[in-house]
This record gives sequence, structure tokens and C-alpha cells, in this order.
Amino acid sequence: MTETIEDIEIELLLQAVYQHYHYDFRNYARASIKRRLLHARSQLGYDSISAMQSDVLHDRTMLPRLLNYLTVQVSEMFRDPSYFRALREKVIPHLRTYASLKVWVAGCSNGEELYSLSILFREEGLAHKTLFYATDINPTALQAAEAGVYPLDQIRLFTENHRKSGGHSSLSDYYTADYGRAVFDKSLRSQVVFSDHSLVTDAVFGEMHLISCRNVLIYFNRELQNHAIGLFHDSLARRGFLGIGSKESLRFSEHAGSFSEFVGDEKIYQRTTP
Amino acid sequence: MTPRAIVIGASAGGVQALSRILPALPARFSIPVLVVVHVPRRRDNALVELFGAKCAVDVKEAEDKEVLGGGTIYFAPADYHLLVEGDGSISLSSEEAVNHSRPAIDVLFETAADAFGPALTGIVLTGANHDGAQGLKAIGAAGGVAIVEAPETAEVPTMPAAALEQCPSARAMSFDQITTYLQELAAP
Repeated sequence: MTETIEDIEIELLLQAVYQHYHYDFRNYARASIKRRLLHARSQLGYDSISAMQSDVLHDRTMLPRLLNYLTVQVSEMFRDPSYFRALREKVIPHLRTYASLKVWVAGCSNGEELYSLSILFREEGLAHKTLFYATDINPTALQAAEAGVYPLDQIRLFTENHRKSGGHSSLSDYYTADYGRAVFDKSLRSQVVFSDHSLVTDAVFGEMHLISCRNVLIYFNRELQNHAIGLFHDSLARRGFLGIGSKESLRFSEHAGSFSEFVGDEKIYQRTTP
Repeated sequence: MTPRAIVIGASAGGVQALSRILPALPARFSIPVLVVVHVPRRRDNALVELFGAKCAVDVKEAEDKEVLGGGTIYFAPADYHLLVEGDGSISLSSEEAVNHSRPAIDVLFETAADAFGPALTGIVLTGANHDGAQGLKAIGAAGGVAIVEAPETAEVPTMPAAALEQCPSARAMSFDQITTYLQELAAP
């Protein structure tokens, strides 16, 4: 297809956001970015992407609003319970052998995956020796992750997922209900470092034993997927574990050979190279 | 113009409708077919198994970043949107549901219209909601071929009727007409 004016405008907007704010969406999968930008344009009341770009460049308060459209904040606790069951049954026994542990939730969004892992590690008796890193590029999402407050109407799904993941406590032990919201216990984040980090432009995180990054890579193009997987490889301790989304894969990465499938069905890999 | 892809959306009654159409595609059918069916969320894709056994062409679940190939039917995985990129590869996404659906027909149709323009055929089959209407409109607007299952014979007419309303230029066809249309695309 020939490039439309809209495609050109999107290219220019992404370039502008990168040059001025250093947020780099240029290598995100474009079809989804385009849908989200067109949605932003209509929701924010602009006639064109170019008109929106002018405000994005000249009004700093526009950036967080735009980021909420450009990043995806849809998740749930214990999403894909079988993934968490595999962590519990297959990965945790290996992690028990370490004196201290580092776990990185990359692209943590509003924190659902972080709290899921924090609860799982507590249930398995590893919480006291684990430091979690929860990172995202969206400051609004990071604040939400730090707050740990979710709509009460999601709790039924979270509870069901937690039970299917093999949870041997009750999810209700970890939150209090308050005006239609579930407020998660702050002790779950007592050993969590929340940090702004980009898989596109930022550097390696050190010596992780487990990296969980699910449904983040699908928003990247192949080149960027390759880059991020290289970053994960370099951030893992020897024999460290990487969990990705159920429909994601390492196959477009030149680093694929540096990992072995640990639980193939659940997309849990282990770093094999020194 | 021979389309570069066929996109099909179906909801309630969709499995039976697709069973009338997809098995009729000949083995030499060289156009990729992408299908969104609204199904309950679960990990294993029962549709792939079901249609794989019935069809002469290859049937698989769409994988993130794979390049579309001829003679293959791609089903959207449960709980993921299926999108077509400008370079003819596909992407998956777990963004918000659209029309209360993930996968949503509109997401596939609109991104495919964007990628292939006039070289696209879109077909809206039976269903009890309005998903696919905006997408079919986008396909028509880009110069592609828009088809709906004739509402008067559809098991649940709401979805094809809604699509026809949004895209009045769409052709309403019976199963036999849809099948014949597709088979003629495969003719040398």
C-alpha cells in the first residue's frame, strides 16, 4: 500500500516524541500503534495527527496523556494460571537453592503481574530473600502499580486465576475491600523497586534470576523484539529464567540459541550460555 | 483484481457457517485467509483442530510476526486481537476488547484494509452483535470487495445486517454464492 498522509503524520509524531521526550515508539508494531493514535486523536478532539503533534510538542502536560494511549495497560492478576503453576512447580524449586533472589517484572503496567508474583513467592516461602524490580515506561502506570488498587469487580477473576495457579492461600488474605476497590497489602511491595525503564533505550539490569515479561514483546516489531530479548539475556544470571507471553516467541531473535526451553508450553526459558 | 488476502468474521453460529465455506476451498487456493471467530477464552485452539481435519488447505493459529503465506487459513488465537501489518505480516495484541470482543473482527478488517487496500475481500457471517460492521465499511472505503452472508438466511442475522447497513455496497450472498466466489478466485 502507498503511504497515506495519516501514515506520514504518524511517522512524524513518533519521531517528534522520540527527539523531544526520548520515548521511542518508532519500532513498535505499527498497525496497533496506528489504531491507538487514531483513537487518541478522536478522544482528545483533534482533526488530525499533525494538530495533535503540535500540542504534544508545545504542551508538556500532553505527554502523559499520549503515553496512556500509546502503551497498553490491560492485564489481570495470575493471567494464564498455568504459567504461574509452572513457575510454582518447576522454577521455584531451582530458585530455592539461592541465598538471595532478584526478579524483574519488565513492562509491569499497573502491577497485576508484580502482585501475582509477590503473592506466589510469599506462598512458596521465598519472599523474604527476594528483591523485585518492577519497571515500565509509563509513569501513570507505575504510580498505579505502586498503589496496588484494582476495581473490586475484577477480584472474582483474579481469585479464580489464583486458585487455578495452585495458590495455597486465599487471595482475600492480601487485600481489603474499600468502596468498590481492592486495596492490596503494602507488605507485598516492601521489597519492590519501582523504576522507569525502557526496553528500547535503556541499559541492562543486573543478574536477575527470573525475568517475567509477558504480552510486551507482541507490541514490538521484529527488530525491537530481538533487541529486547538480547537485553533480557544480558540481564539474566547464569541459568536464570525468562517467562514471556503465551503467544510470544524467541524465534525472531538472534539470541534464541542462548536459551533453552524450560517449560515450553508455558514459554518459560532458561539462559544456557555463560 | 485478485485479492492479497481474504478476511472473514463470524460469531454466533459461525462454526457451522464456516463449515459450509472453508472445506470448499481447493488445495490449490493460493490466497491467505484470516478468520476471527468469537469464542470463549481458552488456551487451546479447538477451531484449528476442527477445520484442519476438514479443509484441503493448511489451517493454523496465527502467530505473532509471521508473514502471510498462500493456501493457508489463519485463525485468531482466543483472547488476542489479530492485526495485519503494512508489510503483510501479522501481529497479535492483548489490548482492550473492541465491541466486547477479543479477538474483534473490526480490528482485523480495519488493519487488513489499511495494509491491502483494494486487494482485499472481507466477509461478515452470522452473529448476534455488531462487530465487523465498521471493519467492512473500511474495506469498502479502501476499494476492497465487501460481502455479507445474506441476513435473511443467516442463522443469526444481526451481524451481517449491521455490516450491510454500514457498508451498503456490500454484496449479500448465500453460502453457495460465497463458495463459488472464492472458488473462482482460485481458478487459473
